[in-house]
Amino acid sequence: MTTTAIPYVRPPRPAVHPAPLSRLIRVERRKMFNTRSGFWLIASIVIATALATIAVILFAPDSELTYSTYIQAIRLPIAVILPIIAILSVTSEWSQRTGLTTFTLVPRRRRIIAAKAISSVAIGVLAVLVALAIGALGNLAGAGITGTPLVWNASPLECLHFVVGSILNLMIGFMLGVLIRASIGAVVAYFLYQFLLPGILGLLASSQNWFQDLQPWIDLQYAQSRLHLFDGPLTGEQWANIAVTGAIWLLIPLTIGLRFVVRSEVK
Amino acid sequence: MIIVERLTKKYGGFTAVDDVSFVARPGRVTGFLGPNGAGKSTTMRMMVALTAPTSGSATVLGRRFADLPNPGLEVGVLLDASAQHAGRTGREILAIAQQTLGLPVARLREMTDLVSLTDAEADRRVGNYSLGMRQRLGIATALIGDPEVLILDEPANGLDPAGIRWMRDLLRGHADRGGTVLLSSHLLNEIEVIADDIVMIGNGRIVSQGAKTDLLHAAGTVVRAEDLNALDRALAAWGLEVRPSEDGALHTDADAVLVGKVALNAGIALTELRAAHGAGLEEMFLELTAGTQREGAAA
Repeated sequence: MTTTAIPYVRPPRPAVHPAPLSRLIRVERRKMFNTRSGFWLIASIVIATALATIAVILFAPDSELTYSTYIQAIRLPIAVILPIIAILSVTSEWSQRTGLTTFTLVPRRRRIIAAKAISSVAIGVLAVLVALAIGALGNLAGAGITGTPLVWNASPLECLHFVVGSILNLMIGFMLGVLIRASIGAVVAYFLYQFLLPGILGLLASSQNWFQDLQPWIDLQYAQSRLHLFDGPLTGEQWANIAVTGAIWLLIPLTIGLRFVVRSEVK
Repeated sequence: MIIVERLTKKYGGFTAVDDVSFVARPGRVTGFLGPNGAGKSTTMRMMVALTAPTSGSATVLGRRFADLPNPGLEVGVLLDASAQHAGRTGREILAIAQQTLGLPVARLREMTDLVSLTDAEADRRVGNYSLGMRQRLGIATALIGDPEVLILDEPANGLDPAGIRWMRDLLRGHADRGGTVLLSSHLLNEIEVIADDIVMIGNGRIVSQGAKTDLLHAAGTVVRAEDLNALDRALAAWGLEVRPSEDGALHTDADAVLVGKVALNAGIALTELRAAHGAGLEEMFLELTAGTQREGAAA
């Protein structure tokens, strides 16, 4: 057979370089907004925090109309919705099968996961800051409407704690997305972690003396709960609790999940 | 150029792809043909690093796919046009590829024009697309980086006859400019029309491969005579394997030259003598895969 290789004819172009991480981050951010579900999920943070703020003005006793009350009220929607955004940014590649395109355009899957993590955290930080601003507006409005004194009882440091705590929750969701790679499974796992595990570990701590001392070093949510107390700066040991429990519950499973992602079959 | 060497994929005890080797050459369209479940898609996923092979290797343009610096600029891949987020518009899907590859935004317009997606269609969400529109979008995504090599899994699925014709011309043109095209299909006639080389696979193993012209030649000879019995005896006397074909002619693996000489020697007047590709590739396809296909022996 005549199989002479004909050189491929096309206009010359610059040398082929791998896509830089900054570009992948922009692409992943775009993908989080440009689906109908993704857009409304992110919009729902603003909607839910606004509703929670209005509920505080309407239903909270006048003596508790302080900034920290508003922040406590917006905590739940943030703890629920932010991690779901992070979960779906990962799992949709498998559940919606977009990974077939994503991972053929960029076969280095760790880079894609890194880009997703960075854009999830960036969107998370922005969302929490917007939520804190909505809470502040609510505090101003609440004081104006009810005639109660305006109380700003959350310091910038305590607000920063709130941001850190919210991002930790988001990263737990992200980790579960990487580990499980299925939307519903990861969301269910997150709810079990967020709402079932604290009860079990709390019960264990109250009934077993040996666990009581260990709990701050094992229970991530217990360690993390001090970030939401608005009770001044954390001690070095409390930060160490967060670091140790974070390593156990976040870094180790994330590392295992990354191995799965790199090896798993995309079909 | 795509070189596949001894690719094998096992899932537990099941061997989905078994020792598959072939080469897809530049300037040619290579058709990857096989019944459903034969291992075409698994082989293609291994070629583009979506599935890790159990053993063997595949290289594209001399490198493993995962080692290509920016694969979208060198290899256009379409494995499943339906594998897209239903809530995303066609234009956004293209834009994601354009941005990932670092291409100018103007490329989006060129691609929607190339695959004949109107502005209104491009702004619709893919969940509302027909399969044919998804295929066009998938082709646009594969071609957006102006790649030299194309790897397409069942690209003609869901296209109307005009769309199939368009696709055929597009791929032909790509190969004629020196590009490498590998496309899979179970649509035999489509492959027969477009492919230069054919790789046929059944139950994970390569059943046959080569240039289309050679493969068609290998299908044997159909011969007809007034005295069919005498012809049958004469051919059998030469040790040729002869079987009756369905329409009252004889079919043999020997080529037409030999059959003609045998008939001349025996003094038998032939009424027809031709290469056995009247029924096209389908006959060969069914014949070659009869032992391995799921439906069992075909009639």
